[in-house]
Amino acid sequence: GPGTMSAPGAAAGGGRSGAADWGGFEDNMQGGGSAVIDMENMDDTSGSSFEDMGEMHQRMKEEEEEAEGEAVAGEEEDGEFLGMKGLRGQLGRQVADQMWQVGKRQASRAFSLYANIDILRPYFDVEPVQVRTRLLESMIPVKMINFPQKIAGELYGPLMLVFTLVAILLHGMKTSDTIIREGTLMGTAIGTCFGYWLGVSSFIYFLAYLCNAQITMVQTLSLLGYGLFGHCITLFVTYNIHFHSLFYIFWLGVGGLSTLRMVAVLVSRTVGHTQRLILCGTLAALHMLFLLYLHFAYHKVVEGILDTLEGPNMPPFQRVARDIPIVSNAVLNTTAKAIALTL
Amino acid sequence: FAGLADVSISEDIPVEGEITVPVGSRSPDEDYSTLDEPVKDTIMRDLKAVAKKFVHVMYPKKSSALLRDWDLWGPLVLCVSLALMLQGGSADSKDDGGPQFAEVFVIIWFGAVVITVNSKLLGGTISFFQSLCVLGYCVLPLTVAMLVCRLVLLAGSGTVSFIIRLIVVVAMFGWSMLASTAFLADSQPPNRKALVVYPIFLFYFVISWMILTFTPQ
Repeated sequence: GPGTMSAPGAAAGGGRSGAADWGGFEDNMQGGGSAVIDMENMDDTSGSSFEDMGEMHQRMKEEEEEAEGEAVAGEEEDGEFLGMKGLRGQLGRQVADQMWQVGKRQASRAFSLYANIDILRPYFDVEPVQVRTRLLESMIPVKMINFPQKIAGELYGPLMLVFTLVAILLHGMKTSDTIIREGTLMGTAIGTCFGYWLGVSSFIYFLAYLCNAQITMVQTLSLLGYGLFGHCITLFVTYNIHFHSLFYIFWLGVGGLSTLRMVAVLVSRTVGHTQRLILCGTLAALHMLFLLYLHFAYHKVVEGILDTLEGPNMPPFQRVARDIPIVSNAVLNTTAKAIALTL
Repeated sequence: FAGLADVSISEDIPVEGEITVPVGSRSPDEDYSTLDEPVKDTIMRDLKAVAKKFVHVMYPKKSSALLRDWDLWGPLVLCVSLALMLQGGSADSKDDGGPQFAEVFVIIWFGAVVITVNSKLLGGTISFFQSLCVLGYCVLPLTVAMLVCRLVLLAGSGTVSFIIRLIVVVAMFGWSMLASTAFLADSQPPNRKALVVYPIFLFYFVISWMILTFTPQ
């Protein structure tokens, strides 16, 4: 009733007078200025508040020096007017100093705005134990697909796995005894691995958006990145043991396990049979085909370069024999026949 | 925050005290004196600083000299010499070796930048250029390994020479790892050292791979 109406009015009135007090206080602070402006620029994910305090102190100090400098410059201009040449050099230095301060502050503000790596900091907040657990979990398919599975939005593990894959690819070049143009191969390796990770993640995220799956971009990057762990293991083993049927076993076994894990996680986050089929089918196909590509295409890339560079020195049958031994050819044929029979 | 209120300067508070010109103290005097000194002195001073850091890398004690006065001269010299030595390994004489030099250069600097950004994101207390400086200087053992490999390859390229080169490169790789982790791992929170060491391992592994698989023509 009326009693309750008056209370907010009194509170508002009290608040307004309080605001007037606060306004006055703010005016006092405005000369220093930085405390109010700092709040706007403060990033939620910034580091400890000690850094911000330090920055505030620094700005206050700079404002002090600038104010002092202005006061002195005012004095200096009067001096110059009177024709004291010795002071002109000091005035020049003062102005240069001020320009430097202003320029530095502007540059550091622009830098901290655009090149703020603190944006990525929360995605690297992991412990070694967590990374190890996630690596092992990436090979174990989950059974519960009715409940959305948790995906850690972490980028350290996936990034390290991509670099490890690049290193393994380069190591594979060494063991295949064909190093011709290291530079081109290295660029290709880095481009392939990063292209796959970023490109396929974006594509899967786009498909997930179309299929109404509950997954964010960072989570797709993380999921696919950890899926590369299977690729790393497979390639590491098969680049050292050149046996084609061993590669197929690893391709199906290890590659299949990591694919199943990713598929299960995606299925748990998608509703609807068609959507699940589209999303998981695409991911499985791309994942398995990438491993196949990495194993075979690099032999061909190397051989292609051999072709163009070594010219007529290398008889062709030697190259073919090195890559496709007769044993695995027979295995390939029997496998194909077996598959044809079952279909 | 209460303490900061009296630090601010507003218009209605008069500025009291002596208005001495602080300019002279702010612009360092040694800048003017080092401009006047002979060039030889400047170069010798920088060379001595670089040589001191080389010694620190070869005998990694836990000193902070490498971190305190960082400079990028040493890494540049090492990177250029390593890239030059690796350049002659192109099989085709028509190939001018240009891309290879650039590739080595880019890989070393790009790798160092990635490791630095990674260590900063993991909460490291070391600054950007300090980390670049340490990683660049710790390429020194691998440059020495490259020299040794070239000399061994002059003698011949068979299985024995490959084994010798393998041992030398692996030893130098270990030395680089030890040296860089001695300087960099301390700046990390103690439970995350492994997370920082692993990319350094990959980085030096790739460089060692390039050195080991070098075949002159």
